[in-house]
Amino acid sequence: MSGTTVLDSLSLRADFPILAQEMHGKPLAYLDSAASSQRPRQVVEAMDQFYQARYANIHRGVYVLSEEATAAYEQARSKVAAFINAPSPRSVIFTRNTTEAINLVAYSWGRDNIGAGDRIIATEMEHHSNLVPWQMLAQATGAELAFIPITDEGYLDLDALDGLLQENVKLVTFAHVSNVLGTVNPVEEVIARVRKLAPQAKVLVDTAQGVPHLPVDVTAWDCDFLAFSGHKMCGPTGVGVLYGRQELLDSMPPFLTGGGMIRRVELTHSTWDEVPARFEAGTPAIVEAVGLGAAVDYLNAVGIEAIAAHERELAAYALERMSAVPGVHIVGPPAEHRCGLVSFTVDRVHPHDMAQILDWEGVAVRAGHHCAQPLHRKLGLTATTRASFYLYTLKEEVDRLVAGIEKAIRQFS
Amino acid sequence: MENLYREHILDHYGNPRNQGTLESPDVTCEWDNPLCGDVVRIDLNLEDGRVSEVRFSGEGCVISMASASMLTEAIKGKTIAEMEALRDEDIFEMLGVELPPSRVRCALLPLRVLHKGLAERR
Ligand SMILES: Cc1ncc(COP(=O)(O)O)c(C=O)c1O
Repeated sequence: MSGTTVLDSLSLRADFPILAQEMHGKPLAYLDSAASSQRPRQVVEAMDQFYQARYANIHRGVYVLSEEATAAYEQARSKVAAFINAPSPRSVIFTRNTTEAINLVAYSWGRDNIGAGDRIIATEMEHHSNLVPWQMLAQATGAELAFIPITDEGYLDLDALDGLLQENVKLVTFAHVSNVLGTVNPVEEVIARVRKLAPQAKVLVDTAQGVPHLPVDVTAWDCDFLAFSGHKMCGPTGVGVLYGRQELLDSMPPFLTGGGMIRRVELTHSTWDEVPARFEAGTPAIVEAVGLGAAVDYLNAVGIEAIAAHERELAAYALERMSAVPGVHIVGPPAEHRCGLVSFTVDRVHPHDMAQILDWEGVAVRAGHHCAQPLHRKLGLTATTRASFYLYTLKEEVDRLVAGIEKAIRQFS
Repeated sequence: MENLYREHILDHYGNPRNQGTLESPDVTCEWDNPLCGDVVRIDLNLEDGRVSEVRFSGEGCVISMASASMLTEAIKGKTIAEMEALRDEDIFEMLGVELPPSRVRCALLPLRVLHKGLAERR
């Protein structure tokens, strides 16, 4: 694929009726897709239709409706597997979100494979959901946590990683894309170093901010686990994904237990079903999974390469325009190494006040620590304002962002 | 709602009253708003059961800082019981603007800090 296909964002917006409204009398510029994207009507309609005509609980139903619902659920799994180039749909587990996917690994694989003196390596740029589960695991097992530092430009310090990759390392976990810096981390390079210097270690990639915007290929990457959320990639809330290497998943005990995940239950003990059912206890988010399948169809139709190129262009434009405004400080790397998101601070304007002024201009952004407090501490900041883009974001919305920033500066100086 | 940043609020933000810290205060407390990382510290001294000196410090948005500044003015000369009796509504009234829901926590942070400090003193 060339990556040169130009996205026609303006026409695509017809699929997102929510974007065609006004806030405070101004057209809505939704620049908060990193928190959660909007979803096209194709996704909403697929879910609607499923509820109205095809819905039944899945598995074990010996009637047509349930058999069809099961097929639709499993078809969604296949679509997701193909989207990330997983070798088999069996290696795709539906969870609630990224957070639950990571917790699944921490509790199931972690409790069985991590012990006192073992080392878990994360990075200084992690979202709390790829940090706190490992803190809990380390506290429970006596394992130690180590962190790949970030450079002043907002990159992972890979030379420092080499020093951390010792014999006791059991897991290396990191974000594909930082939700604050926007940095696109060199996944293959990190994994290659892990395989070379600590071949015993497993690798988890948190691609919550990656898979909505960039091609993801677990086979080429050779990663062991991959976690992401449906709601950031045009899908519904309530469904996320854990990909796991097949042998690993097969060897892991269940995380949540109950119905739908057992082979045989006695009164005092049970045996587990095969993967992926083993990890999908209880009635799953059936309709949401179908919606996620529709979101994958939508992203495929638009073209993930085209989306990536569109966002790179927007990021470059935003960086250029914003860095020309006196008093604006951008965190994170230059456009060629980032996704479509820009976090920034402005002299004498607190991020909360910035977001407030922008809201009155119809521009929706997020202010705060974005669930990455250690990263903000490292940057010497308590909070930033973040504008994030997606396939429906227009260049003129970036212009309105910049105009809003200038207005806030005028108001508070 | 766009009247949030009214003149009196911007005045307290730009020229904060009672800013600073006290040497060895009778009551002191620092607390943050975990959502946005805003931090407020309030120090005060009591004389004959009433606030004789008060200072605030911290880092935050216009609303949290103006609220802190106004609160320090309001509690000068007050007894502990009077300070404990302060309610959220008193802060809203003091600010005198309609707060968007997302800013209520900013406005109330200084009062929370004060009440926490008084509770810890016991
Ligand atoms: C990098 C990263 N990891 C994990 C998450 C958590 O995703 P969720 O809240 O859907 O579990 C997010 C969401 O903001 C994120 O940006």
